[in-house]
Amino acid sequence: MYEFDFIRPETISDAVTVLQDDEDAQALGGGQTLIPVLKQRLAQPSKLVSLAQINGMTGIKSVDGALVIGGASTHAAVAMGAGGYPALAALAGHIGDPAVRNRGTLGGSLANNDPAACYPAAVLASGATVVTNAREIAADAYFDGLFGTTLEDGEIITAVRFPVPEAANYQKFVQPASRFALVGVYVAKFADGVRVAVTGAGDDGVFRWSEAEEALTKEFRPDAIMGLSINPMNMIEDLHGTRAYRAHLVGVLTKRAVAAALG
Amino acid sequence: MTKVAMTVNGKPVTGEVEGRTLLSSFLREGLGLTGTHVGCDTSQCGACVVHVDGVAVKSCTMLALEAEGAEVATIEGQAAPDGTLNTIQQAFQDHHGLQCGFCTPGMVMSAAALLKDNPKPTEAEIRHYLEGNLCRCTGYHNIVKAIMAASGQDVSVLAAE
Ligand SMILES: Cc1cc2nc3c(=O)[nH]c(=O)nc-3n(C[C@H](O)[C@H](O)[C@H](O)COP(=O)(O)OP(=O)(O)OC[C@H]3O[C@@H](n4cnc5c(N)ncnc54)[C@H](O)[C@@H]3O)c2cc1C
Ligand code: FES
Ligand code: FES
Repeated sequence: MYEFDFIRPETISDAVTVLQDDEDAQALGGGQTLIPVLKQRLAQPSKLVSLAQINGMTGIKSVDGALVIGGASTHAAVAMGAGGYPALAALAGHIGDPAVRNRGTLGGSLANNDPAACYPAAVLASGATVVTNAREIAADAYFDGLFGTTLEDGEIITAVRFPVPEAANYQKFVQPASRFALVGVYVAKFADGVRVAVTGAGDDGVFRWSEAEEALTKEFRPDAIMGLSINPMNMIEDLHGTRAYRAHLVGVLTKRAVAAALG
Repeated sequence: MTKVAMTVNGKPVTGEVEGRTLLSSFLREGLGLTGTHVGCDTSQCGACVVHVDGVAVKSCTMLALEAEGAEVATIEGQAAPDGTLNTIQQAFQDHHGLQCGFCTPGMVMSAAALLKDNPKPTEAEIRHYLEGNLCRCTGYHNIVKAIMAASGQDVSVLAAE
């Protein structure tokens, strides 16, 4: 790692001031992605601004039928505390391993937007809102390609607001070496329609599978998507799985998620 | 350099660290507590697991300054001061839960974290919990057995392998 100054501000506005005054300063959530990146010298921040201890960045509360989760909440805290949205709590409880879940945060995962990460699928399928120090960003306007988001430099995710669906489920096909998703599908059924988000598969990052959403909105059962398929040309291909394999998994996992959501 | 203060195995400690000093480096090089092993240094293997404020973390993936003011527990604090092994350590010895021993500090600390939350885990729960702890010697079976035994459960139900 290159040397940097470690800064632990007490408020969101102090953190934003440091980040905006120095374009080489970078936010630190749980460090479960950033510290490995720094070890490889793939980044050289002047300052790391730790968000973990900031008041108002953690905690889970229920507001008007939605769950509002602080941006610095760890995966373990969400797994324990998001009982009001069981599919989300289950997703958080299966990220990485216990030690990773005790440090890694919701905001860090979303800011990083790894194409194989779990939370992006939950945020997109739930139609959640990403709340920052400056504004609110709808899920459909937040993700922007591989590792890309519409966050501005120095903008901090302070919370995420998840509308709680009538039924939901996340199916993760684990890539056993990394423990990320080889493919993951999140299905959420709301009174006004079904949303399906796919992670680990798209060559442009997390995406909504609109044909499946239409079919499942008409009829919420696994067979409703029989005959639908994903174009393999837009899938990721690597040594863990071909495009065709990933495209196939998207269909299989969608059916499993619907079956599980039906209980 | 910045001053850092924390409690390690019940004793207050201080040291001078850089922003980039890892908790694992501070424990090993700063305090001489080399029981915490660094196997991969890439957040994969869990040999470096310690407890920070009561929960398991990979000390190679946390900065020393992030542990400012925290209660840290390492493998050195597990046995009694006279050297008597704790229940988990003794079970690892009794059930041959280690061979080279490199992964063992992390395994014992992960096992302690598991048993704190779940005093009577099933075999499947133990295997799932240890997902982030890699062992290249034992094949895991005797580690699982040791943790079953440490939690006071009958290990004869585990198939001999
Ligand atoms: C062994 C292992 C297995 C894993 N398995 C999975 C898995 O199965 N599924 C999965 O989804 N992830 C997995 N992860 C990734 C893990 O979830 C990370 O915790 C997460 O991606 C990053 O969160 P963090 O809080 O650690 O962020 P950091 O590493 O601290 O930061 C990541 C990036 O986000 C920025 N950032 C951090 N917090 C904020 C914020 N509040 N606002 C704005 N920007 C911010 C940082 O500047 C940095 O650019 C795994 C990681 C490891 C090491
Ligand atoms: S040394 Fe920390 S996880 Fe391997
Ligand atoms: S006993 Fe050798 S790595 Fe586990």
